[in-house]
Amino acid sequence: MQDHGHPSPLKRPFFTPGVIVLCLLALNGLVFLAGRFLFGFATVTNLNNQYPWGLWIAVDVAAGVALAAGGFTTAALGHVMHREEFHVIIRPALLTAMLGYTFVAVGVFSDIGRWYFIWHPLIMWNGSSALFEVGMCVMIYMSVLYIEFIPIVCERFIGRVNLPGPLSSLNRATEAVLRLVDRSLERSMFIFIIAGVVLSTLHQSSLGTLMVISASKMHPLWYSPIAPLLFLLSAISVGFPMVIVESLVASRSLKLQPEMDVLSKLGRMMPPLLGIYLGFKVGDMVIRETFVYLTDFNTASALFTLEVVAGVIIPIRMFLSPAVRKSPPLLFTAALLVVLGVLLSRINTFITAYTPPYATHSYFPSIGEISVTVGFVCLLMLAYRFVVLNFPVLTTQEGAPPPRTKYSLRRAAL
Amino acid sequence: MKTVHDRRNFLKTIAGIGAAGALAHPSEAQAVPQNVLSPHRKGVLVDTTVCVGCRNCEWACKVAHDLPAAPLESFKDRSVFASMRRMDHEALTVVNEYPNPRNPELPYDVKSQCMHCDKPACLSACIVGAFSKLESGAVVWDGDMCIGCRYCMAACPFQVPAFEYDRAIHPEIRKCDFCVDLQAKGELPACVNICPVEALTFGDRDDLLRTAHDRIRRSPERYVDHVYGEYEVGGTSWMYLGGKDFAELQFPMVGTNPAPGTTEAIQHGIFAYFVPPVALYALLGAIMWLTKDRKKEESE
Repeated sequence: MQDHGHPSPLKRPFFTPGVIVLCLLALNGLVFLAGRFLFGFATVTNLNNQYPWGLWIAVDVAAGVALAAGGFTTAALGHVMHREEFHVIIRPALLTAMLGYTFVAVGVFSDIGRWYFIWHPLIMWNGSSALFEVGMCVMIYMSVLYIEFIPIVCERFIGRVNLPGPLSSLNRATEAVLRLVDRSLERSMFIFIIAGVVLSTLHQSSLGTLMVISASKMHPLWYSPIAPLLFLLSAISVGFPMVIVESLVASRSLKLQPEMDVLSKLGRMMPPLLGIYLGFKVGDMVIRETFVYLTDFNTASALFTLEVVAGVIIPIRMFLSPAVRKSPPLLFTAALLVVLGVLLSRINTFITAYTPPYATHSYFPSIGEISVTVGFVCLLMLAYRFVVLNFPVLTTQEGAPPPRTKYSLRRAAL
Repeated sequence: MKTVHDRRNFLKTIAGIGAAGALAHPSEAQAVPQNVLSPHRKGVLVDTTVCVGCRNCEWACKVAHDLPAAPLESFKDRSVFASMRRMDHEALTVVNEYPNPRNPELPYDVKSQCMHCDKPACLSACIVGAFSKLESGAVVWDGDMCIGCRYCMAACPFQVPAFEYDRAIHPEIRKCDFCVDLQAKGELPACVNICPVEALTFGDRDDLLRTAHDRIRRSPERYVDHVYGEYEVGGTSWMYLGGKDFAELQFPMVGTNPAPGTTEAIQHGIFAYFVPPVALYALLGAIMWLTKDRKKEESE
């Protein structure tokens, strides 16, 4: 049934040699994670009183949120600005964001010492805390992402509800509920879509505010009062590259035709987006005169240069070239550089830049911390594969008429 | 027909959300912890030129807080001064020793503990507001609220709060609590009480500052003309006199701006009566509504 340009579940086996490797890495991560929950942080991590935050906050949480930005940037493009030609990438970007935020939540759950109190911020408010704002926005935005995904679940099951055994008498009732949910969401979805974009701009920027309070401990290259703006701009510019990377990896792994015309259009938007980010990043450096620190040759200056040159400047040049935008491997490289650049910028802000006054040594993540982070990434990819094999997320063929209703493709299919 | 209905519905919902946002702002006022500092708030003046490094305060502190403590005699061991030590979850105060260039026989000993800032970074940072600054000066932690995120540790400019990394269930943030329980009974903090040489002076912060400047004026050769904590990060309850530059005594150079200042300005700017988020919501709503026609033209 893949004769339309509509999203549909893919008929592929779940297990392949690559998937088995992912499963093993995920399992390895879960073993170390169990160690953390059974015996405490000291057994598994290199965290201590000098370095309270490490790899899990920098990568699982801060970078995780940034790399899930594809969800709100594509929603803004496709739904808010009504650029219909980008609709094929909205569902996969939504799925990536939904799974990304889920693992951010799991990451936070693993990193806080009293995980069973994770609900405390809901009722214990501290309006002056940037972390409180991040926590609340992430919680609400994650719910919004799940709500945005409900129509896809409805589409999968409406007309096909077939509950097992004695439950089959409830088939018709379930069907009616699904239709009701689908219809009411279709009318109200714009509320959630706009809310998703607003919530994203709020917490993407507030993640940058987190380390502003640690001013005296921060390396001047990364301490900036405009850090929230830099975080927001980098999140906006990593959204589309993340969609490009994810789309090309998925089409390779699932043996689909890559959506090159849409992806190269996304690529064409990258130079201005990255350019604005670069302008503020360099302008901030010039105004605060922190460029003097680039002349000391050390880890910090090398990583800052790498973050800006390989993560921003080289990709801008690549995205400007039509030849790069037309070639899947080159487009993939350019997008991956942006993704790795933003990942590095989060690691730099939360780890490289953090120099406590009484540090006796520097922090490097333990095998356990790295295993857990790798394990979470693998679990995310496995979940992505499971969902696209079972739900209508990916569009498998071009050339079909665009769907007539905005949020549900069901009627167009009927 | 349907389009008109949709648009009216759309605008109504947007207006409703705007109104809800505008009404929601009073809750923010409650969310910000109120700190009314008493003009007679207490403090301690630490004279590092008087301290002899007997470390009795370390022992008294452990006993007062029910932490595992070795016998008092064992604290006479001066070999611990060979390397710098910091507070941890079982030691809320520690003493370090630094050479005195003018008289090698009389080294400078520096007791460290929570500084009890007037504008505490931990309090501003804490996700659930588990810290409070008491009217009397102490900064205390509420163990029933804490979720163990350790943002207070990342935020503290003096690297003070410690965490129980070896405990899987109910780990605590531990730091000096200025012996609030003893103070409530009218007693001195345990460290001040045991100090045999009166290196620690407990009293009203204003009186302590007068004493400190008085001592500097009387013996300018003994002290550097700087009371550490008078203005650092907006002022602290614990203050220090030093015989040489405070940077050489490993005090962090933190400046005089309160640590939470910039963050709170940003946070309260973004959320000024929820206007910026609501305005953004309205703007996006307007764009969505205006570009609706683009979609219709394309599909027709």
